[in-house]
Amino acid sequence: MTGPLTWFKEVRDKYVHPSKLSQIGVLGMNERNISYISRYNPRHLYPLVDDKLKTKEIALEAGVKVPDLLGTVSEQHSVRDLIKILPPEKGFCIKPANGSGGKGILVVVRQDENGYRKSNGQYATISDLERHVTNILAGLFSLGGKADVAILEDLIHFDDCFSGFSHEGVPDTRVIVFRGFPVMAMMRLSTRDSNGKANLHQGAVGVGLDIGDGHALRAVQFDKPVLLHPDTGVNLMALKIPHWEDLLHLAVSCYEMSGLGYLGTDIVLDRFQGPMLLELNARPGLTIQIANGRGLLPRLQHIERLGKKQRMKPADRVAYAIEHFSAR
Amino acid sequence: MASRTPFYVLVGLLLIAGIGLTLHRHMALDIPWLPGETRQTWSIEAKVDFEAEGEEVIASLAIPGTQPGFTQLNQQTASPGYGLAYEERDNGKRVEWSIRQASGSQSLYYKVDMLVDPYAIPSESIKPPEIKAFLEKEPYATAAQQLLEGATARSASPYTLARELIVEFNNQKQTAELLAQVKPRTAWLVHLLHQAGIPARQVHALELEDGRRRQSLIDYLQVFDGEDYALFHPQTGKQGQPENLMLWQYNSGPVLEVIGGTNSNVTFSMIEQEQPFGIALNQKFADSQLLNFSLYDLPIEEQALFKNILLIPVGVLMVVLMRILIGIKTSGTFMPVLIALAFIQTSLLTGLVGFLLIVGAGLIIRSYLSHLNLLLVARISAVIIMVIGMIAMFSIIAYKIGLTEGMKITFFPMIILAWTIERMSILWEEEGAKQVLVQGGGSLAVAVIAYLVMNNELVRHLTFNFLGIQLILMAITLMAGSYTGYRLLELKRFKPLTEIDKP
Repeated sequence: MTGPLTWFKEVRDKYVHPSKLSQIGVLGMNERNISYISRYNPRHLYPLVDDKLKTKEIALEAGVKVPDLLGTVSEQHSVRDLIKILPPEKGFCIKPANGSGGKGILVVVRQDENGYRKSNGQYATISDLERHVTNILAGLFSLGGKADVAILEDLIHFDDCFSGFSHEGVPDTRVIVFRGFPVMAMMRLSTRDSNGKANLHQGAVGVGLDIGDGHALRAVQFDKPVLLHPDTGVNLMALKIPHWEDLLHLAVSCYEMSGLGYLGTDIVLDRFQGPMLLELNARPGLTIQIANGRGLLPRLQHIERLGKKQRMKPADRVAYAIEHFSAR
Repeated sequence: MASRTPFYVLVGLLLIAGIGLTLHRHMALDIPWLPGETRQTWSIEAKVDFEAEGEEVIASLAIPGTQPGFTQLNQQTASPGYGLAYEERDNGKRVEWSIRQASGSQSLYYKVDMLVDPYAIPSESIKPPEIKAFLEKEPYATAAQQLLEGATARSASPYTLARELIVEFNNQKQTAELLAQVKPRTAWLVHLLHQAGIPARQVHALELEDGRRRQSLIDYLQVFDGEDYALFHPQTGKQGQPENLMLWQYNSGPVLEVIGGTNSNVTFSMIEQEQPFGIALNQKFADSQLLNFSLYDLPIEEQALFKNILLIPVGVLMVVLMRILIGIKTSGTFMPVLIALAFIQTSLLTGLVGFLLIVGAGLIIRSYLSHLNLLLVARISAVIIMVIGMIAMFSIIAYKIGLTEGMKITFFPMIILAWTIERMSILWEEEGAKQVLVQGGGSLAVAVIAYLVMNNELVRHLTFNFLGIQLILMAITLMAGSYTGYRLLELKRFKPLTEIDKP
């Protein structure tokens, strides 16, 4: 008789009572979709963030720094001319304009006699790159398989202060901006498990960041707390983002430029140019809560209580968030 | 944000209307909640097709009456422009259509409701046919005589003789093939039994199976021993009437006669209905009621179609609940429902094995296609062609090794399978085999759950008999669509959040 009973107990131990979650204000997927995304993000603005070319356009108009555009491929017949628009002798990045969840991003770190060295250390030939572009154009990585455009971007030279924190790949900072206020932030560090990608569900490490000064609060991999980077062994708690306020200002300005009330901004720190906007996300994920060790709801409700009348300037909103959402 | 009140009013109205309609059908029309409390009736529709030659046409179709096991309830015909007569000839009841002039293809319908009734009193006693002498030319007569002699030596009564004759036909394959050149086996059996002085005839029967369309009649051998008779399957020699077998034509004579037309044939559609005995007998009166808005008014072919269509909302609701309340990931939103529909046709085990075989083999071949650097549309088309090829191959292999179950693999929606393979393959390349297992397993689990619910006798009974249920399903779906609580799997995912030690 103990068999099924202990089994049931083991299973129950893996779950938590919903009241405990709502007590600490954890935002669930259904509530995110109904109460935040569909309420604050007007549908007609989605193309601005889903299409990276358009995002780049509005970002340049608004004076937000983005990685340099090297060229685009939008027709199948111009794939043959890919080699002409590739930069000679330096690294670059090919991505689909309508890609979702980091799909279809190919990073070439440098070029040498062996060919194009990808971020994972393997080499690609020009025909591999052409095949990748063909796949992008055919809509392999876009939502619903729509025909797509391939974007060629300059490589980001990520800041030396992050060396050791990331295995291959660029560490990026995700800031959730709710009605113009930065409410929660985390840094995503790629690992060997995640194949150099910064996607948390593929095994990247998520480090929750203090909105107040950008230092690490907590780190998780596969939703479990970790202290050291699994590949490099660096103490993740020592992570502190430089230029933190600049980064928050950049994140906040995305609210004005996109018009989306509930927004995920992905920002990288470039060694030479400082914070740069990588992409925007109209449906940011919920794992940021696990990385930070706290729920989003109290902060979201805090902002909602400010009412619709508030007309704070971006700088004031950053200051407000630093004052109220700091962990210290 | 707009007020939620209109939404709750809408949901409330849907619920009230749905429950009201359902209760009305239960109370006013006495349709039971449970499928078991009913009498089974079969609505059978015969469709006569022929090409008229532009002159007068007479079409005459044999029709069944009350017989052991089945009571005839009511019958109707649909045949615009035709004169109609029901006839009682000495070789059974027939319906006769006539018209002065007709040309082109013609379709005449005859529909009859038969109640499954162990206490049926046959409308006419079944009389043995008179013994007739058949003449056949040599060498067939001698060959047949040999079979008869063999069978007579090993038999003791009319029934045993009939059985042994069929055994003889099955054993003496060469002789049987020779005889089959002249006339079909059943005709030979009748011929030889008459020669032995035993009254026998060929009857035409219909195998009853719910929702079947375009069926044709099967031959049976009816052998008399005095006033009693027994049915024999002319191929297997199995004696007795299977439970789901109804005799359509059980007097000597043709099933269909058409004068003034060519290419005539008759096909049957049938559907099983569950009705209380009282209702079954009073069907004629129930038809005219205003609120008796029911699918039973449709032609049987459409009814059979609707029986499955009305199950789709149930399957869709399962997907909604699994995704919103549980949080299972599926590949393709409603792919599980389509797979579940295929499972209904194939039975669960065959379906699962077939699905895994096709998708598994498809993934292997697809991994080769991905090296060919094809455009997306062409690649998916190639996958579709590949899936069709595999289905054909698996069917042939299954048939060769005697697995008729394997033939059912053709019920799978091929385009959907192709997309599934494509998606899984991309998932594999991008996120590894584990995600393929998670999402593929999730889709399959949802499909199996949807299948178990949709294939449930009670659910089938309720959805078909109570259209109000659809409104209730709609209301539940709307409510699920505005559920903001946690998903079950989120309770597990966010558990680490509750275990942080507060400093």
